[in-house]
Amino acid sequence: MTKEECKQVVIDIINDIAPDEDTTDLKPDVRLRDQLDLDSMDFLDIVMELRKQHGIEVPEADYQQLASLDSCAEYLTPKFNEKKAV
Amino acid sequence: MVRRPREDQYDFLIIGAGMAGMAAAIRLGHFGKKVLLLERHAIIGGLNSFYKQDGRKYDVGLHAVTNYVPAGTKRAPLTKLLRQLRISHADLGLSPQNVSRVAFPGHDLRFSNDFALLESEVARVFPKEIDRFRSLTEKVKSFDELDLQGPKLSARKILSEELHDPLLIDMLLCPLMYYGSAKEGDMDFYQFVIMFKALFLEGFARPFEGVRHITQLLLRRMRELPVERIMNCGVQSLRAEEGEIKEVLLENGRVVRADCILSTIGSVETAALVENDVPFLRQNDEETPRLSFVETISVFDQQPVDWGWDETIVFFNDQEEFAYEQPDNLVDPRSGVICFPNNYQYPDEKTLAEGFLRITCLANYDRWIALPEDIYKEEKARWFEEMVRSARRFLPPLADAEIEKHQVGTDMFTPRTITKYTGHLGGAVYGAPEKIRDGKTPYRNLVLAGTDQGFLGITGSMLSGISMANLHGLQSG
Ligand SMILES: Cc1cc2nc3c(=O)[nH]c(=O)nc-3n(C[C@H](O)[C@H](O)[C@H](O)COP(=O)(O)OP(=O)(O)OC[C@H]3O[C@@H](n4cnc5c(N)ncnc54)[C@H](O)[C@@H]3O)c2cc1C
Repeated sequence: MTKEECKQVVIDIINDIAPDEDTTDLKPDVRLRDQLDLDSMDFLDIVMELRKQHGIEVPEADYQQLASLDSCAEYLTPKFNEKKAV
Repeated sequence: MVRRPREDQYDFLIIGAGMAGMAAAIRLGHFGKKVLLLERHAIIGGLNSFYKQDGRKYDVGLHAVTNYVPAGTKRAPLTKLLRQLRISHADLGLSPQNVSRVAFPGHDLRFSNDFALLESEVARVFPKEIDRFRSLTEKVKSFDELDLQGPKLSARKILSEELHDPLLIDMLLCPLMYYGSAKEGDMDFYQFVIMFKALFLEGFARPFEGVRHITQLLLRRMRELPVERIMNCGVQSLRAEEGEIKEVLLENGRVVRADCILSTIGSVETAALVENDVPFLRQNDEETPRLSFVETISVFDQQPVDWGWDETIVFFNDQEEFAYEQPDNLVDPRSGVICFPNNYQYPDEKTLAEGFLRITCLANYDRWIALPEDIYKEEKARWFEEMVRSARRFLPPLADAEIEKHQVGTDMFTPRTITKYTGHLGGAVYGAPEKIRDGKTPYRNLVLAGTDQGFLGITGSMLSGISMANLHGLQSG
């Protein structure tokens, strides 16, 4: 999986959990919280959906890695690729 | 060693299918947890249910859904709640109120879902206070009422620093206390902020079909998820060992285990279920009375608006000072809440088939419970008259004969009814005076949600179920 594909996975999840948010022009290097009306409960949903839809575990200590799309891609892409390799 | 069959082992066991329990079940079910929801009563909804009498369906606890904001409003509790339960705003089918009022001797403050109305009313009635009221509003807006760890603060103390006129303080507290305070006399400032936002900055709405619409919606959502629900089957007891609840005994004799138990039945009520209980939550509880209420319902064969009764909710008080406390008498008719479920802006100008007048007043649980059956009926009839008479002083005048001619049904419930159907001690509607905001108990896997966690009302109890499910269920892995 490429980093761009990984970002799309995260955007798809946000569209699922917050259908009323506009995700079309998200800036990848800006915190998601600053661009969308997301709170810690919503980040929990992103984590849960990653687990449910993709079998990816994000421990609580790593939640801050999901701050922006860029940091999501940085953190999650290796996890996706590791999983594929197994 | 005997291994327990898998079907008796759950990820989560939820006690009580009220608003809090159902919201928590949906949240957990959504993420594939194995959930068992237990309800002692035959129907769901708890304090917010409905019942049938003389062929008519009555809502128990719905005057107004608070926290109403239009679809798409950012950062609002209602928006969060819907998102977390994945229910659309349209599905909730809420219609906004007309206008409501706080009515004190010689002074009225009207408010609606547009905060500007309350602001202009304060400016009109309390011209000297308007700047201070605006700064109080700013303080409320920027206060983080959802901080579960914050210190306890007295609302009256903070209000007396922010405002000068005690009448304005009482007029603001009256509706906020009636709709969300478990405490006599004063409110926790956190709770004040929650309620100020819920009533004044946000607003009131109601689904055309009443509370059934909301409970049915939650039921449908639960059916789509791996939530097992057993009705007519309460939890009999919880067996504790080494700071943990090991086994749960159900009223039908079954024994189950769960990684986490979420109880929505109240703190002391929950403690009472724990066998071999290390004293838990009992200490200060018996000293402070729980607040209970009576409610009258009058049914008419015409719409209240035909009598000029066009407001949605009226909070009334006939005293110089507003006393929010357990009365010595069976009922305190000096203050209360009037609700006309007809007076919401329903779509296509639809109107309810009959007219309803609902009145709530503070009541004394112990006195109602002590009445023998025949006197109980007499007292109900007596206080019914008394409450309607008291409330009508605050409404456009109308001849008694006119009411008699159009009244086609009445009902009334008392603190006794509340305890009978929901198990809450002392007929409490808002639970114990002291709240446990983080939901923790001395048992590692037993968590409180709903009434005694501290978020009250319909919206509040659902948010409580959601946040406790998140905090103790989903976040901790
Ligand atoms: C007259 C009245 C008017 C109200 N009006 C409004 C209003 O206009 N707006 C508003 O927002 N709120 C209103 N409320 C308040 C609102 O109804 C409550 O705050 C809310 O419903 C509380 O929900 P809960 O889930 O926390 O508790 P509950 O609804 O009490 O849920 C607890 C459930 O647990 C069950 N139970 C108890 N013991 C056991 C056991 N041992 N095993 C299994 N199950 C058990 C009970 O039967 C109950 O169903 C009103 C309440 C009343 C009584």
